[in-house]
Amino acid sequence: MTNKKRTGIIAGALIGLSAMLAPQGYAADGPIRIAYIEPLSGAFANVGDAGLKHFRFAAEKINEAGGVLGRKFEIVPMDNKQSASESVQLVQRAADEDIPFITQGNGSNVAGALVEAVDRNNRRNSDHKIVYLNYAAVDPALTNERCSFYHFRFDANSEIKLEVITNYMATQKDIKKVFLINQDYSHGQFISKTAKTMLKEKRPDVEIVGDVLHPIGQVRDFAPYVARIQQSGADSVITGNWGNDLSLLVRAADSAGLDVKFYTYYGGGLGTPAVVGDRGEGKLLQITEWQSNAKVNQEHPDYEQWMNEFKQRYPDIDWYYHRVYNEMYMLKAAIEKAGSTDADAVAKALEGMTFDSITGKVTMRAADHQLIQPMYISVMDSNVVHDVDNSGFGFTTLAQIPADQATAPTTCEMKRP
Amino acid sequence: MLETIVFSLINGLLYGMLLFMMSSGLTLIFGMMGVLNFAHASFYMLGAYFAYTVGQVTGFWIALCLAPVLVGMVGAVVERYGLRRVHQFGHVPELLFTFGLAYVVDELVSLFWGTVPVPYKMPDVLNFTLFNLYNFDYSAFKIFILGVSVVMFVCLYILLKKTRAGLVIQASLSRPDMVSALGHNVPRVFMLVFAIGCALAGLGGVVGGIQFVTEPGMAVTMGPIVFVVVVLGGLGSVPGALIASIIIGVLQTLALSVDLSLASIFSGIEVSRDNFFSTVWYMESIRLAPVLPFLLLVLTLIFRPRGLMGKREA
Repeated sequence: MTNKKRTGIIAGALIGLSAMLAPQGYAADGPIRIAYIEPLSGAFANVGDAGLKHFRFAAEKINEAGGVLGRKFEIVPMDNKQSASESVQLVQRAADEDIPFITQGNGSNVAGALVEAVDRNNRRNSDHKIVYLNYAAVDPALTNERCSFYHFRFDANSEIKLEVITNYMATQKDIKKVFLINQDYSHGQFISKTAKTMLKEKRPDVEIVGDVLHPIGQVRDFAPYVARIQQSGADSVITGNWGNDLSLLVRAADSAGLDVKFYTYYGGGLGTPAVVGDRGEGKLLQITEWQSNAKVNQEHPDYEQWMNEFKQRYPDIDWYYHRVYNEMYMLKAAIEKAGSTDADAVAKALEGMTFDSITGKVTMRAADHQLIQPMYISVMDSNVVHDVDNSGFGFTTLAQIPADQATAPTTCEMKRP
Repeated sequence: MLETIVFSLINGLLYGMLLFMMSSGLTLIFGMMGVLNFAHASFYMLGAYFAYTVGQVTGFWIALCLAPVLVGMVGAVVERYGLRRVHQFGHVPELLFTFGLAYVVDELVSLFWGTVPVPYKMPDVLNFTLFNLYNFDYSAFKIFILGVSVVMFVCLYILLKKTRAGLVIQASLSRPDMVSALGHNVPRVFMLVFAIGCALAGLGGVVGGIQFVTEPGMAVTMGPIVFVVVVLGGLGSVPGALIASIIIGVLQTLALSVDLSLASIFSGIEVSRDNFFSTVWYMESIRLAPVLPFLLLVLTLIFRPRGLMGKREA
């Protein structure tokens, strides 16, 4: 009898305790939470961690300036271990905790799964709808055949980036032979396929001398690949590689004395410049929506200060994702316009929104929710104001492409609620 | 064609010798102690980070000698206060112990050095092109790696086969009671072996960290391939590990250097692209190359479980 009584007391205490620990209902005046779904452990943890710092910093800036509708932004980190299935579960968790916004960017496979999970959730769970803000996943399908009303992309998609790169290459008359080397998954396969057609169209005289796909994140020794590039006689290489796949490639190329220009998506990406070092000077080009030595910064001393403050707080990394700035401020504007955090209302407000960013006017295209923004092609250089990764090297702008030229058509047939 | 073959042989050899540096310690520990050390790649990573940190104060050359010693000391502590206690419960707890240890080391490394890669660079003395072959530069550092690994192999071989200490080590594994009765401190011998194995991994890290990237993920990415080398070479056999490393290095480089697919070999037979198996038929060797080592691993375990030069089944 006493035993049962004791069990009862313990059970009661546990219930009471769990009630205390349970999340307090986030009332209309509580913080506006954004679930940040990225790898925070494992091989890609550095990328996820850097992104989190960007979001927290931007949120803090907005909060300091008075927040949104009198409320504050709060970033809720969730570790997806770079796995699509884990991410889908985290969408469920976000919905359970009544978090109205999620943001993610690393890996288009994860992004694809998230789009589906968010759509499914919003169909079935109309009390807890979610808006998905994508700041980095560049697979064009996400704003074409797989587009969704609740998905918004703040980075230029792969097709736009390639369009800009090939337009630029078309003006470079010394390019004769191009080699394509990419990671063997949807992202790299798309680049390999599209770069060929675009180059053929714009520069029929340019010869594609090689097209190689390698497994993502598994190649340690790029020397054999570099030997192939060498033998092909290429003068330019296009690669969508990121992280170590890019660093190791450029390193191996330099060590072999390969004299080619690398046209990359992520050459200035987190961690890569430090590893590449002086080997990339004048050789490593990148295409981005902004870069820390862009001229526009001079017209925006407050943004310059923003960057410096970020650097002071996180000396290991640099302010890299300008799109996080765009995303956070556009979300703020959309919530203010909608007057609430209701997913449908915010998504409607974001659709077609124009925003005066540091780089100029940017537009969230209503047809497919792709942000149309100016783009930059820049090259690694030692003679710069802001270096990256404390490497002593930064990037110098080679070309600035206005927003109306940095675009690509869409086939999206948006289903609106 | 000759060009391709020469490239593959040289690049494959260079890569293979680096693989050997990483895997020799593992095979030594397994061969002598019977411990399958899952944390081996973590010691490799520690070597790179120690060398980077020490090198900032002392320069590369002292770090090259000091870092492996430090890693060896960490290994000795792990053996003395961790593995030795777990050892009495059998092999499975040992395995689980090293498995957990790998995660702990990974986390500690990102805690102390951060998750971003560190700028660990080669010394200026070695930062030049040694020779040029068909327009392909070979840096002095690559040849230096080759030299270090050869010296390492020779020293290890002599230590195990020609010295008294080597005899005691080998005897401790097969007849620990007898060795103990002869007055040798068997647990200390085990500690020494584990420390040497870890130090070898550390040495691999010192040069591998420069050749590749020094970041917290480097252990995870290096882990699997090291096991392939050890299994193919035969668990416990240092010469086997050497041969296996070179085979894997050359094979992989060769597959990357030539365009071969079943379709190009049997060019007479037409297979429709719509066919379900056409993926296999048109699969180019360059896309197959990175899986080749693991294919070898599976085949070895099926057809020759003791590996090339191993004395017992894996």
